[in-house]
Amino acid sequence: MSERPVTSRPSDNPSDTPVALDARLPATGTGRDAELPQAEVDTRQASLWSDAWRQLRRSKLFLLACAMLAVLTVMSAFPQLFTSQGPIDNCDLSNSRQPPGTNGAWFGYDIFGCDYYANVVYGARVSMIIGLAVVGGAMIIGVLLGALAGYYGGWFDNLVARLTDIIYGLPLILGAILLLQFLAQARGERGLFEVSLTLVLLSWMTFMRLFRSSVISIKDTDYVAAARAMGATDSRIILKHIVPNALAPVLVYGTIAVGGIIAAEATLSFLGIGLQLPAISWGLQINSAQNYIRSSPHLLFFPSIFLSVTVLSFILLGDALRDALDPKLR
Amino acid sequence: MTSSVLHPADPVTGGAALLEVDDLYVEFRTDYGVVQAVNGISYTLAAGETLAILGESGCGKSVSAQTIMGILDTPPGFVTGGEIRYKGRDLLQMTAKEQRDIRGEEISIVFQDALSSLNPVFTVGAQIGEMFRRHRGTSRKDAKKNAIELMERVRIPSAKERVNDYPHQFSGGMRQRVMIAMAIALDPNILIADEPTTALDVTVQAQIMDLLAELQKETGMGLILITHDLGVVGEIADRIAVMYAGRIVETGVTDTVFSAPAMPYTQGLMASIARVDQKGQRLNPIEGAPPDLARLPEGCSFHPRCPRATDLCRAERPELREIVPGRQSACHYAEEVLGV
Amino acid sequence: MARYIARRLLLAIPVLIGASFLIFAMVFALPGDPIRALSGDRPLAPAVQQQLRDQYNLDDPLAVQYGKYVAGLVQGDFGTDFRGRPVSEIIQERLPVTMKLAFVALLFETVFGLTAGILAGIRRKSFFDSLVLLSTTLIVSIPVFVLGFLAQYFLGLRLGLFPIAGLNDGFRSYLLPGFVLAALSLAYVARLTRTSLVENLRNDYVRTAKAKGLTPMSIVGKHTLRNSLIPVVTFLGVDLGVLLSGAIVTEGIFNIPGLGRAVFDAVRSQEGAVVVGIVTLFVFVYIFFNLLVDILYAALDPRIRYE
Repeated sequence: MSERPVTSRPSDNPSDTPVALDARLPATGTGRDAELPQAEVDTRQASLWSDAWRQLRRSKLFLLACAMLAVLTVMSAFPQLFTSQGPIDNCDLSNSRQPPGTNGAWFGYDIFGCDYYANVVYGARVSMIIGLAVVGGAMIIGVLLGALAGYYGGWFDNLVARLTDIIYGLPLILGAILLLQFLAQARGERGLFEVSLTLVLLSWMTFMRLFRSSVISIKDTDYVAAARAMGATDSRIILKHIVPNALAPVLVYGTIAVGGIIAAEATLSFLGIGLQLPAISWGLQINSAQNYIRSSPHLLFFPSIFLSVTVLSFILLGDALRDALDPKLR
Repeated sequence: MTSSVLHPADPVTGGAALLEVDDLYVEFRTDYGVVQAVNGISYTLAAGETLAILGESGCGKSVSAQTIMGILDTPPGFVTGGEIRYKGRDLLQMTAKEQRDIRGEEISIVFQDALSSLNPVFTVGAQIGEMFRRHRGTSRKDAKKNAIELMERVRIPSAKERVNDYPHQFSGGMRQRVMIAMAIALDPNILIADEPTTALDVTVQAQIMDLLAELQKETGMGLILITHDLGVVGEIADRIAVMYAGRIVETGVTDTVFSAPAMPYTQGLMASIARVDQKGQRLNPIEGAPPDLARLPEGCSFHPRCPRATDLCRAERPELREIVPGRQSACHYAEEVLGV
Repeated sequence: MARYIARRLLLAIPVLIGASFLIFAMVFALPGDPIRALSGDRPLAPAVQQQLRDQYNLDDPLAVQYGKYVAGLVQGDFGTDFRGRPVSEIIQERLPVTMKLAFVALLFETVFGLTAGILAGIRRKSFFDSLVLLSTTLIVSIPVFVLGFLAQYFLGLRLGLFPIAGLNDGFRSYLLPGFVLAALSLAYVARLTRTSLVENLRNDYVRTAKAKGLTPMSIVGKHTLRNSLIPVVTFLGVDLGVLLSGAIVTEGIFNIPGLGRAVFDAVRSQEGAVVVGIVTLFVFVYIFFNLLVDILYAALDPRIRYE
């Protein structure tokens, strides 16, 4: 194939070069003679995943990222645990844009006089939902197409490759601007579904390429040939042998991509082409804040901090995962 | 083949000792512990002599070669003892610049995998010519001319045209010739060949070994051949040093070591060679597996696999000592093994 | 090599066609009234609506529409705004500004990014290396627009170091927005260079170079650098897409009158045609630039030329 290797196309999501992992065989203890007279024989089961887990448990950054993400997940699922107010409860215009500390409001008040802390906390939900839904969707599509394209090759593979080339021709934000502009018109509104759909349609390609290249390198390995020789059906081979080994780079990229998608949604909402008021999104909050930077900087800071910390957590998580799963870095 | 029956510790007998490795210790410090890769080895090489260092994978032979060349990865590798004397001077004590000047010019090395050992983005001619440009200050044009000459010398056909080709455009055997050309470019005094034929098929192997032998005869350089392939050794080596678990366990003239080993490990090796007249019979591998270099057994490293092991072997590590003139062995019972 | 270039050119054409088709489909082929889509919530007089229908050939079958659309593109017709001003005019007027901004950003990211990456890669696990890794992770986590505002607030308003908006200070006006635009890419370039360098330094041919007695500078500078730059170069191709998208946000925040700002304003005022026109141009530039990068990639890595 004349297409460039996957490692040279990081795509516009925040991630380092996608990992081009070699398939790693699960090794079992000693493969040598059984009658070793030595006393201790090391039978540590060393599979890719258990080794990775062991390394992850020791990594401070991983634990930090997990802690932050746990807090954020709870915040999105149960914002009531963090704030007793709803985002639009007790809004009093006389409190408009008051700084933090006024009336005991931790984050002050927004333009409409609503409690800003509540608004920022509730903003987590939208970001997490979109981030996870989009990456989940893109991963499913990418893995499916990648598996079929990689395993069967032929005209299907070519077709998918051309399709990805074309969509790659549209950088994420640019494509999203176009698609959202007109998707909104077609569907009459621009809500979570439209934004998520747009982002899914524009970001599945890297997942497909990563998975496809893993599938291609694994399907030629000896143990797959052995499985085939023993009469395993195609679907069994794909599901049992190829998928577990090929998933690693996809998962790493996916984790980092969640951060990227969250940032993308915020950018689109900021530009005014993503979610619309009265939806609660950090991007929208920052959009509203931009005219008041001088007078009420707190309007800008709080959602910015939350947004950045969220994206950072996913990136750290993804980095830690990659370091743990990449055999070359050991 | 110039055969000099050398007593390794005595530089006066035979030809002058060009290279003396003296009680070298190299360890690797990893997250999983300290691995003793080279555990006190000594050997010498005389001008014009071919020394084969024989041993299984992981016994430390490549590490010792890399240490001589000064290209050991530090960290995680560390030299913790011993000297490597080249023409009397300890290489390990030299300044970085002095070492760099010697590398390639007086001591050079050929690696096993030529495809990964050659830079893929430079032409073969450029990489060979680089030797001249670096060490002799030769102009680019002259360096290229020299490169063509060298390629012809190592029998690469159509050298003039191929000098502008890239490594991936050559076959495995041709690539190895390119590596050899690079290594002999400046007429080094010592050439180390680290498993030069392991990655090649048998017919090509023979050609490469013939080439090495021929070059050695022409130039009179010392050749250290590192390999695990007994067949290759028999053809070309004057002397053998057998390595096991980071130590040298036997040395001697090739033919005699082959026919009358003085150490059970060497005996096991010789017995394990598959021979045509053994057809239909079972093979005779050495029982057990090589030890984990991070956890060497007490006493003789070979005792877990040795049919002659006694309590002495399990307790005390045998030193490399001379059994008969010109033969050394690291075995408590070397004399019995040899039958003297 | 010539064959490789020809093949890449041939491959770029379907991508161009495909992309233009995708854009066309998004605007005109989705269910709903394209006129409404283009004009948003703005009410249009029937005469204006009819004019738009003629202009975009909306009464023709879809295939003919697409044909005329492409024909228009090729002739430089990127549509018009609602006051009848051709988008191509807007482009001509504002393109130089955006190009200058992109150039400043590119300069920042290559100079600082490469330097940081190389230094970090050579001294792996040193303090500098950790510093680079940490700061790049942070930068990558902060979305461009947040970074822009933060820079505007701290470096511009509070510290008064740089002009915060507009083009009134000549070249200096480009510095802050250029840096913000470059920040994300800078982080990537630094990390990519570092990783690439570290990987390449572990390659066998580096061992060979050492064995040849080459000086450390020669080994890093000559042997590994070229190999390490290959992924960075290919990244720069993708990066243009990021720069173009980022320009929209950056020019918006810093009030730089370039093409990005034009898109920014057009989105707000729901000038659909302008949005589509300029973004289409961006997409074409992006595809073309990637073609150049492909060719450059082959120039750097001889193994690719013979595929």
